[in-house]
Amino acid sequence: MPTSATPWRTSFVNPRAAVLELPNDISAIETAVERAVHCCTSASLARNRLMFNFRVGLTEALSNAILYGNGGDPQKRVRVELRVRSGEVRARVTDEGSGFDPDTVPDPRLPENIPRPDGRGIFLMRALMDEVHYNELGNSVTLVLREGTRATP
Amino acid sequence: MTFNIRSVGDATVISVDGQLIVGNRQELKRTVLAELERGARRFVIDFTRTGYIDSSGLGILVSLSKSIRKERGDLRLASLNDDLRTLFELTKLDTLFDIHANLRDALAD
Repeated sequence: MPTSATPWRTSFVNPRAAVLELPNDISAIETAVERAVHCCTSASLARNRLMFNFRVGLTEALSNAILYGNGGDPQKRVRVELRVRSGEVRARVTDEGSGFDPDTVPDPRLPENIPRPDGRGIFLMRALMDEVHYNELGNSVTLVLREGTRATP
Repeated sequence: MTFNIRSVGDATVISVDGQLIVGNRQELKRTVLAELERGARRFVIDFTRTGYIDSSGLGILVSLSKSIRKERGDLRLASLNDDLRTLFELTKLDTLFDIHANLRDALAD
């Protein structure tokens, strides 16, 4: 595992907003997700929506940012901006890469794609979160999860 | 996250305690492939104590399934909770894997 040059940084803008900056290292993802979950408990989402939907969705966004957006470069970093209000969490994940077009990713549920080991990350984000928005460049994704809306499980 | 391995009859049971995600998927792959190399052919992965799985974790299961089938072995998944089960259904991976409600069923012939 490469040694990252970028240290962790956590800033609380106010009790309902926080910024995490993490090293570009996949081993940092689980800790980053747990810190984000801790920041989002005040949203009062159902436990499994925060502990499952949000954790999986954020893990996908972070791994895409680290592995593809930043290309695994240990000199780069990933920024997570969290906004929390009652019944809603928003997480914006931004990398330092040149972006991509998320609409070019094939549907992993097509019969020919089911046996493939990869290509499910963006699909899972969209399936588990209520909203997923990319910026125009494609290097920043915003995940929105609300209480009592359609996203399953 | 830890992986616990034990033998039950002729089956190798691997329990995933914690998360199966991009940061530790290779550890599971190495563990299973080492057992396959030693001659194990019947595998059960037990998710009783698993929190969540991401797309990389699903991908490593797909990859292991292929490796095990190539050696004429058998991979079964056991004890997925409702959230995890939904993950397999959303991705249609429930059509690819032999999924059992609990370990006892997975170990039955």
